[in-house]
Amino acid sequence: MTALTKSEMAERLFEELGLNKREAKEVVELFFEEIRACLENNEQVKLSGFGNFDLRDKAQRPGRNPKTGEEIPISARRVVTFRPGQKLKARVEEYAGTEPQQ
Amino acid sequence: MTKSELIETIAARQTQLSSKDVELAVKTILEHMSQALSAGERIEIRGFGSFSLHYREPRRGRNPKTGDAVELTGKYVPHFKPGKELRERVNLGLQMGL
Repeated sequence: MTALTKSEMAERLFEELGLNKREAKEVVELFFEEIRACLENNEQVKLSGFGNFDLRDKAQRPGRNPKTGEEIPISARRVVTFRPGQKLKARVEEYAGTEPQQ
Repeated sequence: MTKSELIETIAARQTQLSSKDVELAVKTILEHMSQALSAGERIEIRGFGSFSLHYREPRRGRNPKTGDAVELTGKYVPHFKPGKELRERVNLGLQMGL
């Protein structure tokens, strides 16, 4: 099955809400950009019914170059994690698909 | 930031649409994303990340109250993998001391 992309989201805003194509494209773009900007400022994003985007700071840890075996530290970093909300989890659990996807 | 704050921010960033239109747009986007995942479809947003389903094997769990063993069926859970631009920008925030 093909993946959902921004252009299909914009298409739906055009069909369902009657936004013109340019407005629809812009609002989809802003939706993702404002979430990114917020996370960049180390602020959590909570979208009720869908889920939360949280931030976690990871300390530096020892790592290895898998090719050479050489020890190189993995630098301290901040990562985004997504915690799906109850409503989304319940809806997805009902999916009876038989092919586990990755 | 909450959903209503996201709606306000987007509304302030553009001049064409009313706050009400932006609110409907944000809700429609989130519903579209939820529908796609519920139908087993992936979501791919370049520079932001991808959402997919991960399968959880059936397992024997316990009722936390009674301690009784219960059989839990296999299920799917939503998974998000941040894209390159999001990973880099969030890390840059850390470097800049935010």
